[in-house]
Amino acid sequence: MPTFVYMTRCDGCGHCVDICPSDIMHIDPTYRRAYNIEPNMCWECYSCVKACPQHAIDVRGYADFAPLGHSVRVDRDERKGTIAWRIKFRDGTEKNFLSPITTKPWGTAIPKLADVPAPSNEMRAGQLLYNEPKYIRLDEGGLRTLKDAGLELKKGVYY
Amino acid sequence: MAYNTIIEDGIDILVVGAGLGGTGAAWEARFWGQKKKIVIAEKANIDRSGAVAQGLYAINCYMGTRWGENNPEDHVRYARIDLMGLVREDLLFDMARHVDSTVHQFEEWGLPIMKDPKTGRYLREGRWQIMIHGESYKPIVAEAAKISADKVFNRICVTHLLMDESKPNRVAGAVGFNVRTGNYHVFKSKTVICGAGGASNIFKPRSTGEGAGRTWYAPWSSASAYGLMINCGAKMTQMENRIVLARFKDGYGPVGAYFLHLKTYTQNGLGEEYESRWFPELQKMVGKEYLDPEVSHLTHRPIPTCLRNHALISELAAGRGPIHMVTMQAFQDPHLEEVGWENFLGMTVGQAVLWAATDVNPKNENPELTTSEPYVMGSHATCSGAWCSGPEDVSPPDYFWGYNRMTTVEGLFGAGDAVGGTPHAFSSGSFTEGRLAAKAACKYIDDGKAEGIVVSGEQIERRRKEIYKPLEHHTVYRNAVVAGSVNPHYINPQQGLDRLQKLMDEYCGGYTVGYMTNEKLLNICLKKLKIMEEDLESLAAKDIHELLRAWELKHRHRAAECVTQHTLFRKETRWPGYYYRGDAMKVDDANWHVLTVSRRDPQTGEYTMEKAPCYHLVSSGE
Repeated sequence: MPTFVYMTRCDGCGHCVDICPSDIMHIDPTYRRAYNIEPNMCWECYSCVKACPQHAIDVRGYADFAPLGHSVRVDRDERKGTIAWRIKFRDGTEKNFLSPITTKPWGTAIPKLADVPAPSNEMRAGQLLYNEPKYIRLDEGGLRTLKDAGLELKKGVYY
Repeated sequence: MAYNTIIEDGIDILVVGAGLGGTGAAWEARFWGQKKKIVIAEKANIDRSGAVAQGLYAINCYMGTRWGENNPEDHVRYARIDLMGLVREDLLFDMARHVDSTVHQFEEWGLPIMKDPKTGRYLREGRWQIMIHGESYKPIVAEAAKISADKVFNRICVTHLLMDESKPNRVAGAVGFNVRTGNYHVFKSKTVICGAGGASNIFKPRSTGEGAGRTWYAPWSSASAYGLMINCGAKMTQMENRIVLARFKDGYGPVGAYFLHLKTYTQNGLGEEYESRWFPELQKMVGKEYLDPEVSHLTHRPIPTCLRNHALISELAAGRGPIHMVTMQAFQDPHLEEVGWENFLGMTVGQAVLWAATDVNPKNENPELTTSEPYVMGSHATCSGAWCSGPEDVSPPDYFWGYNRMTTVEGLFGAGDAVGGTPHAFSSGSFTEGRLAAKAACKYIDDGKAEGIVVSGEQIERRRKEIYKPLEHHTVYRNAVVAGSVNPHYINPQQGLDRLQKLMDEYCGGYTVGYMTNEKLLNICLKKLKIMEEDLESLAAKDIHELLRAWELKHRHRAAECVTQHTLFRKETRWPGYYYRGDAMKVDDANWHVLTVSRRDPQTGEYTMEKAPCYHLVSSGE
């Protein structure tokens, strides 16, 4: 369902232009508002719809297989950490869904690796990654090796 | 054209393409290189780029070793059988033994992972899959990458890798242009981690017109991982191993949660189970080693994805379509109904839109399934990508040349779709591969392998001219005609894409020919691709946006050529249901239980093909 933009709601802020992974939301030079310049390269990913502060962007199912008269609207609330969906069928049926999008306040839960203690030379020479082995099993277990598994790599046809 | 040249110099780690692989690389690189200069060049906006831009409703690669659910080698065996025996088991084992630490980090960063209320463990969708509320999966991992990187350059279409002029076959950075300003960007770097994407849209899509964007894999996955690496002479592997997806018709909505969690199943138009009727004949084609329904039933060994596709394709061809997903029973349970819908909203909203538009309520009717056009990528149930070194404690000498996930070009590393031989990595495995590549890249620099790199002004200027050529070509010739898009001097990117898709579809095994090809067809395909390459020199772009499409097309074209070369080389039908070699309609383990490896000579454009041995995990001393 390629996106389209309601003329009366768009204020030309450009959030959609900034976020679109396909580079197809552009500002129309005459109207100073956004529009989809290349519907056949739209994945209907809803990135622009979610990003629009005016709720000015909507989608209309792909003309080659989707009949008219439906809508799938979304409200992504970063502060609350939720996303709300409303699906409206062609026959008028409605369905509503609400899901979490994160469990932590944004910008608080990810450590700065520039500031953590530097890895030892032993760790550099070995196979462990940051926070390993601790984070692999969250117990005393280490990183699995072929020896632990009693396995070796052998050339040939094996099933 | 007054575009500026912007040079970013002194980079240690350049991440090209920041999807799940690239973000993992940027994040981890900071730990191993706390004082190193880490830079990201991303075609779109890192907050919503790559295949996970839309979100995901499941993480498909999680071992659960902390609860004794699986060991890494179990996952290797699963990927091996699913890919009909041919994978890089060293890389897979390595990815699988680290992937849980990645997922545990994601949870700590705020990614909502569903829990089984009874056990408190992650809620399993299937043996390898866990369920998440992943609408913001990409923004979360992007935040991690941004915290680690010195600089993030969004909206840079990277067109070429730079090569060192003091030592052959060593990478020196990358160049590209900004799709907003048009400026030319030069990144001089000691190492490059290629996290760019696989290929949608190189085969003709089943959708037409406006719907052409409703591809299974994202339309912005423009084969840049392959275009960039093949063009600089990196060896590639298993490029013939394209994937065809059995999905909900038209919308390509995912079926994993439906099969595994909702326990829905398929039937033909007559309401019959149809898969098993194709298995006896199929077993003759592939051998009992790869298809043994009895063993599968007893041991839960999966039936390879391609073979299930084969049954679906054959049933449709026998005139007993459509194939339905039987949802009516599962959807009577309100919880399962909610899961079914949220699954789409979380990762393929378009399927929800389509069902709303067509009044499909899976509670009251069973929706249709079909098979997609082929895709070329390396992180789903397929493993096309670069031929990379494995880790030193696992890999045999044939698979090891010093640095984990380094391609055959020195200093060029891969992650995600870029790495060949590692199917079933999915999002978490791709991020993990990025982390592994980052550690190895830091070590490569610390070992002094990146000293004395020389990039001449000539190389930078040559690439600049090449990049803007389609714009110039348009300026020169547009006035030769009154108006419109028909011009004897050039083709535009969309016209070129249409040509590529049509010829790949008809000669290299697309959906309109029932995924069938043979040696004669493939040779014609190569000839047409060669002529197309000449025409790509006459590609015209009317603005910077079209210049982006022009370079995406060039990357897609190069990937398509490599796919065709590999498909021609492998004289067997290894993956029925993905494609068929009509002139060799059998799995041939005596001759082809090997990995195919290609190298395109950047000077001559000639391909060299070789067979690389396949190593398998076997019990010690066996």
